[in-house]
Amino acid sequence: MMSAVMENAIEVTGLRTHYGQREILKGISIAIPRGKTSVILGGSGCGKSTLLKHLIGLLRPTAGKIAINGRDIAAMDEEELNRVRRKMGMLFQGAALLNSLTVAENVALPIREHARLNESTVMIMVRMKLDLVGLSGFENFYPSQLSGGMKKRAGLARAIALDPELLFFDEPSAGLDPVTAAGLDDLILKLRNVFGITIVVVTHELPSVFTIADYVIMLDAGEVIFSGILDDLRNSQNERVRMFLERRPETKTYSPDDYFRFIVGD
Amino acid sequence: MPSKTEAFFGSVGRRVILFGRDVHYASKIINDAFYWTFVSPVKGKPVRVRATISEIVKAGYNAVPIVAVISLFVGIILALQAAYQLKRVGALIYVANLVGVSITRELGPILTAIIVAGRSGSAFAAEIGSMKSAEEVDALVTMGINPVRFLVTPKLLALMFMLPALTVFADMIGIFGGFLLSTTVIGIHPYNYFQQSVNALLVKDVMTGLVKAWAFGIVITIVGAYQGFKVEGGAEEVGRRTTASVVASIFLVIVFDLFFTTLFYYFT
Repeated sequence: MMSAVMENAIEVTGLRTHYGQREILKGISIAIPRGKTSVILGGSGCGKSTLLKHLIGLLRPTAGKIAINGRDIAAMDEEELNRVRRKMGMLFQGAALLNSLTVAENVALPIREHARLNESTVMIMVRMKLDLVGLSGFENFYPSQLSGGMKKRAGLARAIALDPELLFFDEPSAGLDPVTAAGLDDLILKLRNVFGITIVVVTHELPSVFTIADYVIMLDAGEVIFSGILDDLRNSQNERVRMFLERRPETKTYSPDDYFRFIVGD
Repeated sequence: MPSKTEAFFGSVGRRVILFGRDVHYASKIINDAFYWTFVSPVKGKPVRVRATISEIVKAGYNAVPIVAVISLFVGIILALQAAYQLKRVGALIYVANLVGVSITRELGPILTAIIVAGRSGSAFAAEIGSMKSAEEVDALVTMGINPVRFLVTPKLLALMFMLPALTVFADMIGIFGGFLLSTTVIGIHPYNYFQQSVNALLVKDVMTGLVKAWAFGIVITIVGAYQGFKVEGGAEEVGRRTTASVVASIFLVIVFDLFFTTLFYYFT
C-alpha cells in the first residue's frame, strides 16, 4: 500500500467554495500530516467550520481537490464516500447526540450500521469506548440528562466507535469550563499518543491550541495565512497571526470624511 | 442600474430558480424515501423495525381518542343535517345512506388525514427540523447513515399503515354516531337503520376511502420531512417550518382528494 509512504493523511488543493454568491474559501491548499494533531485556527467567520465540513464530505466544493489517503472525495459518489467515512469520526460542536436514544445506543449506532455483530459484542465495544472517555456507568442515560462536557465525551465515544484513522473536532472546548475543556484536551492527546489517530481540530481557543497542536493552519477571510509547526506559529511575524496570538482587537479607523459618508448611508 | 423591465424579469427569474430548486429538493426526498422504504430492504439494508413500531404507536394508537370523538360528532352532525332536508320529503330513512356513504367515501379519510397532519405531520417537521439545527442530521451523514432511511422511512411506513387503519376506525365510529342520533332523536328503528346502511354501502365505497387514506399518509409524511430538512437556522425557523408543514399538508391532502375522487368517479 501507498499509505506507509504518504506522510499526509489529507491534501487539499485549490479548494474554493461559495454560499450563494459569497465566496467563503478562496482557493486554499493545505496538507494534514498523518498521525499528528493539526489545528485549524482562525477568527469567527473565517471559513474554518466550512473547511471542516468539506473535509468530511458534508459539503461539496465549487472547485478544488480534497484527497484523503490519496483519493479525491470531492469527486466521489455517496456510496464511495460512505466507505471513506467509515474511517472517519467527527465530534460536532454541540456533540449532536440523538436525543431519542440513550448514550449506549448513540455509541452503538455506527457499529450497528457498519458491522454485523451480535448484540453482546456491540455492547462490549460500547462499554470499552465509554470507559475510554470516562463515562462508564452512563450507558442508559439520555443525552438530556448529561452535562455539556459529558455530552462531548459521549459524542467522542461515538466518533471513535469504529476505531477511525481520522478524527475531526469542531470547537471541542466551546461552551465548556476550563477544567472540563482541559480534560477534553487530555483525551485528544491520549488518542493521538496511544492510538496514533490523525486528528484535526477546529478551534479559536489559544490555550487549547498550545496544549494539543503539533501542526497549525491558520485561516483568515477564506485564505491560509499560516501553516507550520507550533514553534513557527509563535515566531511568526505575520500581522494577522500576531493580532490573533496577542488578542489585539481589530481597529478600524475611518477618516472623518469616510465616517460622515458611512453614517449618512452614502 | 438595470432598467425596470430588466429588474422585473430578474425577479421573476430568481423566483423561478428558487421554485425549481424546491421542486428538485422535494422530488429528491420523495425518491429517497421510496428507495429506502421499498428498494433497499430487498438489497439487505433492513428498515428500523423498533422505530417503525414506535412511530405507529405515536402517530396511530395515540390518535385513536381524538379521531373517535371527532368522527362521532361528525356522524351526529351529518345525520342532523341530512334529516333537516330529508324530513321535508318524508324520506328520513335515507339518512342512513347519506351518513354511510359520505363518511366512508369522503369524511372518514379526510378528517383522519387532517387530524394526523395536525398531530404527526407537524411533529415530523419539528423533530427533523430540530435535529437539523442541532447538527444531528449532519452527524448521521458522517456516520454513513442516510438520514432519510433513519428518520423518514419509519414514519412513512407508520403512516401508510396507520392512516387507513384509523380511517376504518373513523368510518365505524362516524356511522355509529349517525345511528345513535337517528335511532333516538329522529326515531328510526335501529334494525331498519342497520339494514338501510348495509344496503347502501358498497365494498368499493370503503375501499376508495382507504386508497385515499393511504395516499394522504404518504403526502403528510413527505411534507413533514421536506419542511424538516429545509430548516437551516435555529428554533424560530423550526416553528415556522412546523406551521408551514401543517398548512401545506392539509392543502395537498385536499388536492389529492380532488384528484382521487375524480379518478374514482370515472373509473369505478
